[in-house]
Amino acid sequence: MIRYAKPTTVDEALALLGEGSWRILAGGTDFYPAQGAKPFRENILDINGLAVLSGIAETEDHWVIGARTTWTDFVRHPLPAAFDALKQAAREVGSVQIQNVASIAGNLCNASPAADGVPGLLVLDAEVELRSMAVARRLPLEKFILGNRRTELRLGEMVTAIRVPKNATTGTSAFVKLGARRYLVISIAMAAARLSIEDGIVGNAAVAVGSCSAVAKRLANVEAALRGVPVGHALATAIQSAPMDELSPIGDVRGSAEYRLDAAREIVARAVLGAAGHMPMEKVAAA
Amino acid sequence: MSEAKPGIRMERADIAFEVNGAAVSVCVPPVRRLSSVLRDELRLTGTKIGCDAGDCGACTVLVDGEPVCACLMSAASAAGTAVTTVEGLANDRLSALQASFLDHGAAQCGICTPGLLIAATALLDRKPNPTEAETQDALGGVLCRCTGYRKIIAAVMDASRHADDLDFRLPQSGHAVGSSPIRLDGLPKVTGGEKFGGDSFPADALAVLVVRSPHHHARFAFGDLDAWAKTHPGIVGVFTAADIPGKNSFGVIAPFADQPALAGGFSRFRGEAVALVAGEREAILDLDLSDFPVRWTELPHVLQPCEAQASGAQLIHDNRPANLLTSGFVERGDPEAALAGAAFIVSGAVDTSYVEHAYVEPEAGYAYMDGDTLVVVACTQAPYMDRDDVAKVLGLAVDKVRIVPTATGGGFGSKLDVSLQPLIGLVAMKTGRPAALAYTRNESMISTTKRHPAEMKATIGADADGRVTGMVFAGDFNTGAYASWGPTVANRVPVHASGPYATPNYRAEGRAIHTNGPISGAFRGFGVPQATIMQETLYDELAEKLGLDRLDFRLKNCLRNGSETVTGQRLESGVGIAECLEALRPHWARALADADAFNAANDDRKRGVGVASCWYGCGNTSLPNPSTIKVGISASGDVVLHQGAVDIGQGSNTVIAQICADALGLPLEKFRLKSADTAITPDAGKTSASRQTFVTGKAAEKAGSALRETMLRFANVSGKAAIALDGTSLVIREGEATRHIDLSALKADADGFVFRAEESYDPPTLPLDAKGQGKPYAVYGYGAQIAELEVDLKLGTVKLIKITAAHDVGKAINPLLAEGQIEGGIAQGIGMALMEEYIPGRTENLHDYLIPTIGDVPPIETILIEVPDPEGPFGAKGLGEHVLIPTAPAILNAIRHAAGVLVTKIPATPTRIRAAIRDKEARR
Repeated sequence: MIRYAKPTTVDEALALLGEGSWRILAGGTDFYPAQGAKPFRENILDINGLAVLSGIAETEDHWVIGARTTWTDFVRHPLPAAFDALKQAAREVGSVQIQNVASIAGNLCNASPAADGVPGLLVLDAEVELRSMAVARRLPLEKFILGNRRTELRLGEMVTAIRVPKNATTGTSAFVKLGARRYLVISIAMAAARLSIEDGIVGNAAVAVGSCSAVAKRLANVEAALRGVPVGHALATAIQSAPMDELSPIGDVRGSAEYRLDAAREIVARAVLGAAGHMPMEKVAAA
Repeated sequence: MSEAKPGIRMERADIAFEVNGAAVSVCVPPVRRLSSVLRDELRLTGTKIGCDAGDCGACTVLVDGEPVCACLMSAASAAGTAVTTVEGLANDRLSALQASFLDHGAAQCGICTPGLLIAATALLDRKPNPTEAETQDALGGVLCRCTGYRKIIAAVMDASRHADDLDFRLPQSGHAVGSSPIRLDGLPKVTGGEKFGGDSFPADALAVLVVRSPHHHARFAFGDLDAWAKTHPGIVGVFTAADIPGKNSFGVIAPFADQPALAGGFSRFRGEAVALVAGEREAILDLDLSDFPVRWTELPHVLQPCEAQASGAQLIHDNRPANLLTSGFVERGDPEAALAGAAFIVSGAVDTSYVEHAYVEPEAGYAYMDGDTLVVVACTQAPYMDRDDVAKVLGLAVDKVRIVPTATGGGFGSKLDVSLQPLIGLVAMKTGRPAALAYTRNESMISTTKRHPAEMKATIGADADGRVTGMVFAGDFNTGAYASWGPTVANRVPVHASGPYATPNYRAEGRAIHTNGPISGAFRGFGVPQATIMQETLYDELAEKLGLDRLDFRLKNCLRNGSETVTGQRLESGVGIAECLEALRPHWARALADADAFNAANDDRKRGVGVASCWYGCGNTSLPNPSTIKVGISASGDVVLHQGAVDIGQGSNTVIAQICADALGLPLEKFRLKSADTAITPDAGKTSASRQTFVTGKAAEKAGSALRETMLRFANVSGKAAIALDGTSLVIREGEATRHIDLSALKADADGFVFRAEESYDPPTLPLDAKGQGKPYAVYGYGAQIAELEVDLKLGTVKLIKITAAHDVGKAINPLLAEGQIEGGIAQGIGMALMEEYIPGRTENLHDYLIPTIGDVPPIETILIEVPDPEGPFGAKGLGEHVLIPTAPAILNAIRHAAGVLVTKIPATPTRIRAAIRDKEARR
């Protein structure tokens, strides 16, 4: 008994979700590779009819990124400089072909440790809006992704938006991706940093690293070490000695655990210097 | 769209959209991939499927003007949109971009071309004159395995200048050799019209699924297959080893043939085929094999040669003690004494990895019965070898098997072995219906051959003057579960491991060792690229010990006319390695100065320069490998060339015709090509061993000359006469006299020829004796490359800056195609050096197994050296494999120059480079 549905309103979608188990089809860029050549055996809820979930809106307190907003939509939308890290990440998600259809929310729901979108959203204190027939709730991104391929999404729920509080969109940001080739590559590690700088001194710092733990992590000790540091190479020095206990990388075909830890510190420094405008941002890839 | 009704399968829905300006409507399950809808429902096969996962971009189409992967889009999402496929790019004439692709030689095999054209069209619509970086950013999602991307970048950046008609650059009569006409088979590659293995399946063909072993080594037994089939509507048959009518053992080298088409009772590697399920297409698409009645019993396995060689190790083939398939050996002089007496000695060890061919076209084809003849239409590099193996496995006489090669979307050695041919042949024979199969990317990767992983050790010594006096080399090559081309690797390596350098005292042994790993076979260079990494990295260490410039050291030792090789073959003439190295000299000096200047100003990033050489014997090693070419003049006044040298993108369709044209004395534009179909075209051998330009080219030269001779004799004129075709008239001029022969008045033979010639050529070689002494090849080609790069010392990443490649091709029959071979080989060398490592069970897709993208290949400067070979046609030598050999060692030498560390486990990934740097820092 395989059902397929393509609702046109969120209420209709939520009603269907309340009826049973569905696999949600959004951009399809994780859906189809996971399916491979196997036949479909699950009910499929195609949310591509939900026009209301596309695009970026601004409220008094938040930027609201609809769940169907693609990476290309996002890159093309004018946003404050604090979003630059996420825009740089957006250009590194798969290829242009992927970015044109893949949704930001899908990147979160897929919950890959190597999801390029997560560090950039973590440094923006992003929260995930979830809805079901019964409830609407908002979770900090850290609370939404639980582990490798595991999220807090419950039966009957879907992600409807990603919300970025405006008080987290101050300052400037940068993203560094480390991969074994230039394009279309799963990250060995990546880092995003957002800094508020006043009179040449770092005020607030937000730093996150991906692919070095089951879920991308904010680095609290690094952030603390950066506060009050003058812009310049002192930033790199501060990072050099800050603990990164949050990271627990594994070794895999892309890199050893030891290498990841070593490289994470280096790309954090580069992202921070980039956010501080102290380093020409250059894509890091082995080519 | 309304909700579908419940059912076993997903309900179909009518979905309407626009394709290339025309309204279409299909009735398919709404989540069917758009790529499948375009190809299977609308028969628009220009959109290719390379991975079904967004990893290769071959299926790129425009949806409302934006490029997307059609394999990742549902039919439902296409509803109401306007889709543009490659078939929609040309109107009455080629788009400027398509013309530019042909002009620049940007399409080789052509399988990735549609995706690239579409992605580039989206870019050019926004930016008619893009920069290189913009071009790379736009095309970064499309993989190409043939071209090395540089000609693609040039074609896109240059597209706006191709608004006018395209000049095909067809040369005047007698001037074909040395000119670069647009490849004769180029047009369909840019229009989407080219038919590859999966592009012409009959509508009524049965679809075939292959059941494969999930284990490296396992015993298995089937349950009730008939009962299972009966419970699955639309399944027509299940076939196993028990159904194979012939000898269930194939292999490219007959004495070593050992691979079952379908394993019987136990399987020796992960991915081995054990059963076939044939059924109606929709039934197969909806078939879940998870309840297929097979019981697996996993058995202990060995994946490393050292485990396979350990005493008491289980034998993978009972008749091969110690899991040794075979070994090759070359010995000359007294290497121990030479090393003992050497002023300087260096020793080292290098390990390499399995490398996947990663052609963008997975194996595909269909088979059908034509009376009592089995016809197999599939992509291949070796139609006659396919014919013989299919006949053997299926118990047919060879003349009851006909192989019709389709266009082949890359091969690089792996499509020399049969893959699906006996499988679809079996289904067609057993059911009497056409049977079609296109491997998934995963299936292609797990079941077909790889480059041999090598574990090598070597010692090289030199005298105080810097002359190499001796070398000892030993290499174990993991040949996997079946023989394939393992014997060739074991034999080629010892012959070539000296590099193109005079080495008077030498011993080299190459051993092919069975494991339960993927089958290692032929891959551009047959083990020589691995061995060259060993030798060329040691040469850098030796030069350093000697205090000699690394290029000077190589020039001091390289082979020259009159030199003897390590097999004792005296090379009288045509040795071009010194010319290659000399041609690199100014580039070397400039690159070293650039690196020094950069390094003086930078601490965390260091530049390095490396050089390495190659030599490579063209054709089989001491074995016959004849080619035959048939060419004739039709009554309608065409030159019909039966071009049996399968063109897998490298350009033999064009090059062989160019050679034949000049030998014949007629213009290329009069040529019509017949394919390598075994029913109509004589055997021109396999597309392998860099032999087609040389061996088939020589046969084409002989056939062209013979045809000319026949016509001149008919006209009773001397060899000085000039001939031409004018309509159906053969025009013969000698001095003042002109004669017209009306071809349409002559009696045509069964081939439609009024004049014909058929000639064969087999290169003269001599067998190797017990010490590997002899004349294994009639012709060698040579080359040398410089790699310039930058190492990020903190991250261990490498940024390539430039490759300069000098290759002695003897005579460049088609300089543009030769450049294309060089650039493509370099790209594969880059992959081998820096990123490619196939791990069974772990990297069986194109996102875990990485090949270079358009951003990973730096500018390449090609220098074609022409030191004519006395044997080759018009002096030409082979090139196809040579071009890959120097790249990896040049890169590794450049990394060592930049960072002071030699990475000895290949590929040199960021992890390995950084670990080597850390070790070095710790030793300080």
